[in-house]
Amino acid sequence: MATLTVNRPPQGGFSFENCRRNALIEGEANKVGCSLPSARKTGTTICGIVFKGGVVLGADTRATEGMVVADKNCSKIHYISPNIYCCGAGTAADTEMTTQLISSNLELHALSTGRLPRVATANRMLKQMLFRYQGYIGAALVLGGIDCNGPHLYSIYPHGSTDKLPYVTMGSGSLAAMAVFEDRYKPDMEEEEAKQLVRDAIAAGIFNDLGSGSNIDLCVISKSKVDYLRPHDEANKKGVRTGDYKYKRGTTGVLTKVVAPLDLEVVEETIQTMDTS
Amino acid sequence: LSEKNEPEWLSEEVKTGTTILAIEFDGGVVLGSDSRVSAGASVVNRVMNKLSQLHDKIYCALSGSAADAQTIAEVVNYQLDVHSMEIGEDPQVRSAATLVRNISYKYKEELSAHLIVAGWDRRKGGQVYATLNGLLTRQPFAVGGSGSSYVYGFVDAEYRKGMSKEECQKFVVSTLSLAMNRDGSSGGVAYLVTIDEHCTEEKVILGNDLPTFYDQ
Repeated sequence: MATLTVNRPPQGGFSFENCRRNALIEGEANKVGCSLPSARKTGTTICGIVFKGGVVLGADTRATEGMVVADKNCSKIHYISPNIYCCGAGTAADTEMTTQLISSNLELHALSTGRLPRVATANRMLKQMLFRYQGYIGAALVLGGIDCNGPHLYSIYPHGSTDKLPYVTMGSGSLAAMAVFEDRYKPDMEEEEAKQLVRDAIAAGIFNDLGSGSNIDLCVISKSKVDYLRPHDEANKKGVRTGDYKYKRGTTGVLTKVVAPLDLEVVEETIQTMDTS
Repeated sequence: LSEKNEPEWLSEEVKTGTTILAIEFDGGVVLGSDSRVSAGASVVNRVMNKLSQLHDKIYCALSGSAADAQTIAEVVNYQLDVHSMEIGEDPQVRSAATLVRNISYKYKEELSAHLIVAGWDRRKGGQVYATLNGLLTRQPFAVGGSGSSYVYGFVDAEYRKGMSKEECQKFVVSTLSLAMNRDGSSGGVAYLVTIDEHCTEEKVILGNDLPTFYDQ
């Protein structure tokens, strides 16, 4: 042996080295009155599947900002072209702007070629842009659509690599969703079967991943139509409160009552309608 | 959809920790690869074909960062198309390898991918070129990727000059099988591409059809 100490390769599995130290720190912190920060997870569950006659894209609807849910019902399935839609995971702003940019460029491209855009074109545009930014644009996308060559599904990673597969999942809940897919995927499924499978995969992500939640959105793209089902499944309905914290009238006893009328004159009345479109 | 404190593999670069190899025989080449793409500890694609076509009779095997390798292959595919139109005939394998080498060398600090270029052309027959870190060298056979470390001994011992096409294919499949069994970052199915004067044949060998060795 040439070395003095044997080089220990990094071991897998949980490392229990820091548990005693953490316990000590927790004790110290509690003495002062503060608590240790708890584990935080953020993310999403998005997935797509190719079935007989098209693709089904699915997404959850939770948007998180650190530990807080920023939006309980945000839309993660973005429009690219009439026959192509894209689910986005990662930084919300990045996915939003990237898909909008490519959607705009693709529309111009389609006008220039005079043809319906192909999914492979959208894939190339997205991957070339993400590669150019070397992974700093945090957009992980599931791109699906149907064109003259049939239905196609791509997964696109932030660094610019893409995979063309019959079923893909992305986001923090992707492992849970992929488990469902690996169990029940069959080639050439019917539309209803595919929708049910995607719904179940997203549900697995929602219930087993802290970063995913709320409802399930689905987008079914086929030759003749696009069904944007939002929400397809309200997996997490807001519960009905069983208790009431309001006090009954008469709980507070009234001692005296003084009524003083105010003489007000209407000087000017203007109406400004809110733009609720 | 913030990115802070998310699971590591989401922000980890997607790598094709891999086993790739190419071997030349009299009249052509055989390329082989596994199919695993990982991001950290998670496998993101278990069926990726890492043998990418650069031209009709020129293929390259990808390893390293998935994005870098895919991009190099696509750029060289484009450059080869233009080049072959300019010269009016099928490009030489050495030209393809040179194009890959030029990108790998110029951007060697920014990129982290190794491509093995192999193919057949009229002038020199079957050729295998390694382009690691920006060098260009023709070799009778080349291995690459994380799994290659486990099979250097096997390939050095088992390679013989003048093997036939079938022997080369068997050699490639056995090497891949051994590497996939020992390397955690390699696995899935084995892809095989055989290129010779008459045809270009792509084959997939599923996991359970791979040759088994001691302890399997």
